Amino acid sequence: MSSFIKPKIRRKNEPVNDLGLIRSDYDGAMSTLCAGCGHDSVTAAMGRAFFELSIEPHRAVKVSGIGCSSKTTSYFLKEAHGNNTVHGRMPSVATGAFAANADLTYIGVSGDGDSLSIGVGQLIHAMRRNVNMLYVLENNGVYGLTKGQFSAAADIGSTAKKGAVNQLPPIDPVALAMSVGASFVARGFSGDREQLVPLIKAGLMHKGFGLIDVISPCVSFNDHKGSTKSYEHTYKYYHKSVHADYVPPSKEIKAAYDDGKTMDVELHDGGTIRLRKTDKDYDPTNREHAMKRIMASGGSDEVLTGLLFIDEQQPDLHQRKNMEDRPLNEIPYAELNPGAAALKELQKGFR
Amino acid sequence: MKPTDTANPDYFHKVVDCQWACPAHTPVPAYIRLIAQGRYSDAYMLNRESNVFPGVLGRVCDRPCEPACRRTRVEEDPVAICRLKRVAADHRDDITDRLPKKPKTTNGKKIALIGAGPASFTVANDLAPMGYECTIFEKFGKPGGLMRSNIPAFRLPESVLMEEIGYILDMGVDLKLNTPVESMSWLYEQGYDAIFVGTGAPKGKDLNLDGRAETSNIHIGIDWLESVAFDHTDKIGENVIIIGVGNTAMDCCRTSLRLGAKNVKVMARKPRAFFKASPWELEDAEEEDVNILINHSPKSFVHENGKLTGMVFENIEYDIDDNGKIVGQEVVGETLIPCDDVILAIGQDNAFPWIERDAGIEFDKWDVPVVDKTTFESTRKGVFFGGDAAFGPLNIIWAVEHGHQAAISIHKHCQGTDLMDRTPDEITLESTKMGMNEWRYSNAYDSSERREMEHVDMVKRFQKLDTEVELGFTAEQFATEVQRCLNCDVHTVFEPKLCEECDACIDICPVECLAIVPHAETEAELRADLTVSEKVEGQDLYVSGDLPLTGRIMIKDENVCLHCGLCAERCPTSAWDMAEGILEIHHADEQEPAHAEAAE
Ligand SMILES: Cc1ncc(C[n+]2csc(CCOP(=O)(O)OP(=O)(O)O)c2C)c(N)n1
Ligand code: SF4
Ligand SMILES: [Mg+2]
Repeated sequence: MSSFIKPKIRRKNEPVNDLGLIRSDYDGAMSTLCAGCGHDSVTAAMGRAFFELSIEPHRAVKVSGIGCSSKTTSYFLKEAHGNNTVHGRMPSVATGAFAANADLTYIGVSGDGDSLSIGVGQLIHAMRRNVNMLYVLENNGVYGLTKGQFSAAADIGSTAKKGAVNQLPPIDPVALAMSVGASFVARGFSGDREQLVPLIKAGLMHKGFGLIDVISPCVSFNDHKGSTKSYEHTYKYYHKSVHADYVPPSKEIKAAYDDGKTMDVELHDGGTIRLRKTDKDYDPTNREHAMKRIMASGGSDEVLTGLLFIDEQQPDLHQRKNMEDRPLNEIPYAELNPGAAALKELQKGFR
Repeated sequence: MKPTDTANPDYFHKVVDCQWACPAHTPVPAYIRLIAQGRYSDAYMLNRESNVFPGVLGRVCDRPCEPACRRTRVEEDPVAICRLKRVAADHRDDITDRLPKKPKTTNGKKIALIGAGPASFTVANDLAPMGYECTIFEKFGKPGGLMRSNIPAFRLPESVLMEEIGYILDMGVDLKLNTPVESMSWLYEQGYDAIFVGTGAPKGKDLNLDGRAETSNIHIGIDWLESVAFDHTDKIGENVIIIGVGNTAMDCCRTSLRLGAKNVKVMARKPRAFFKASPWELEDAEEEDVNILINHSPKSFVHENGKLTGMVFENIEYDIDDNGKIVGQEVVGETLIPCDDVILAIGQDNAFPWIERDAGIEFDKWDVPVVDKTTFESTRKGVFFGGDAAFGPLNIIWAVEHGHQAAISIHKHCQGTDLMDRTPDEITLESTKMGMNEWRYSNAYDSSERREMEHVDMVKRFQKLDTEVELGFTAEQFATEVQRCLNCDVHTVFEPKLCEECDACIDICPVECLAIVPHAETEAELRADLTVSEKVEGQDLYVSGDLPLTGRIMIKDENVCLHCGLCAERCPTSAWDMAEGILEIHHADEQEPAHAEAAE
């Protein structure tokens, strides 16, 4: 923690977004995380993404579970709705909230412990259902909050701070997401905001479930030699594969496909995700192809990053289940609750 | 781009905008911290080292530091630096035993100083303790120069001036009052080892318009102020016109009000944006109901039977472009303004009728002596100029700095060493870290606004000419004001080797002045990665050496940094530190002996 709260300063020439808000209008409470924690950078990237997209803070919903990563929903968008759920239960709370009001922008923040151990079942089903939300998984390979036990994301052979060696195979959230049909799958790194901010923006604008696995080093318990989630290791083996920029509907897009490195994916809102590929032959719109590449990288030290898969055609939970489009709080009470007679009528059908 | 050379003392000095802007480089944040700790005498002594007259300057300095203050980048008003200087002076204990004493023996070198103003006194202050025999020649019966004759006593009490002059006289300086030097050639024959001319710019400009010669109620501003200061003038007519809107004009109008004027008009040729007076001096005059009229250009003096009755002005309209520049003007009419007296405050020149033109001192085409900008030596060896006498009218704090520099030259001249071989400034950096998120300076940003100075009430202040108008800050006021200082001299010092590029500093910075970026050829390319990327003139971009993990570099825009230390608090590896920079400026007594001499 710092000795005092970050002051809100308005500089001369302070940039404002379309709503006339400044970047610090998207800040939250002062972080109480360890100095240097990757999670703080992810928080800053999320704040910036919401700022740049000009989303009204009170039209956003932040949900999280338990862990250092899950605490961070307090540290940005202080005017947004939010819920810190029970450990690992964020996806179901998010699903419920989304069912009640599909008009808001949903962002879930969780850790590798919260998501891949106690909450792994919840995560899988939210992905299957294609709940329209962005799920940011801040992955540091450990349970930071409980002082650094290996998480299910720890690589075989990586060591804990005091030397213990992890023997169990890791769950790769990206591979997991691919296997259960997630419609937006990406990996980022807290140390690369140039890549992460656009990824978060694309994920927020994507209709359906978006997962970003963000390597986010734990400086206190997993930043040593022997760790495969340290700053040093990540910077060393970092590979940027597909850069994704969100281009809003109003902006004219000049297509330049000929080099094989640029690709546009149209979104439901009329905007576009423009992909810039380092690997020319990689096709992030082809699930089978993408899975192969992801699996190949899984066995190596490589940290494969970028927007690895996107499928904009998949219907989200609302469409698939033919659910009410209007937020429940806007539906007149009589319609929302048609009364005992109507209930009786409904129950008859189940007899 | 190459990494910034922070070992160059100018780099961090420039970051301390106030100190950099001060001609004498007063260590402002350091003395403000001393005031915050209640160490008023220490704050006074620290001031005195650079500016010699903290009590005087704490009231009437031109304050080039304040417009430069970093605080103005996040708020309207700068820290009240000048007023805090007065706080140090007002609350100090008796500091006489901390001043250099008159040396037991002299070094046998005799220095003549002409004019008992701030420049000469600074030379004496620096040289007398080193053993030089300093003699000051003053034409008036009291010392002070322009500090006495041109600054009215209601802004600068005589006691304050005399006390600080007294400190220097007590170092064994011989002050010869009522002793004008009437011939430079005569002075050459008196056996001095060096001569310093600190006679100011004592010739006010005249305005030769129709009617000027016909009447006696037209006064030259600085001469008139001088005759008031020496009690030769004690009244003026009821209706007074002041021509000019510089600081002298403000002193003239306010003095008039104290000598019986009822209706004072200050006439400006141009609009307000072009006024020369400091904003606070304008404010103080207007508070006393002085009427400032713009766009009036003097045309003629009107008189009846030798008695002044008024002045005619041309009314001017200006064309002003988007940059605020005047691009055209037109006379649209004329106005007659009745008055009893006119005071001309339209500038002054230096004049040296007493220097023979064959005295070996070269004068340029404007008839001012040719003076070296570094050494302050004239074209005659051993004759030095400083203060307004050197380059025309500046202000007290410049005169002090000229005095320091001339003292160095005089010392070198007397020792027979190279005048240009001056000991360069040095900077030492000391970490202020005391523990986890604990620093020995108050780093938290305080959003308080500038405190307002209280003034003596309107009735009382006009009853006596020498009633000081400003009351000084109260304890409550200065306790708040000191916290407004951003401690720009506590520098963000970066050690690239320790950085692990976690971005914590970048995320916490309340003004987003940091970024980690790839190498680039130009500053503009590097700046593109900052959220506010415009370059502000005179403000540097810090560029680090290569970061170990990625080979990228850390950059920092010095312009907006608040020195709050949050980057250092959030840095897990202490790659950022907050270190106090102590600038060592070497006056005459600290000049390193020349190499040849040291070898002997
Ligand atoms: C039901 C329950 N079981 C266990 C815990 C203890 N616990 C708190 S946080 C945490 C793991 C957090 O790990 P992760 O999600 O990776 O967050 P990090 O702190 O690493 O960001 C655990 C096991 C708990 N709070 N609740
Ligand atoms: S324990 Fe680790 S994860 Fe938790 S705040 Fe500290 S550095 Fe971040
Ligand atoms: Mg974790």
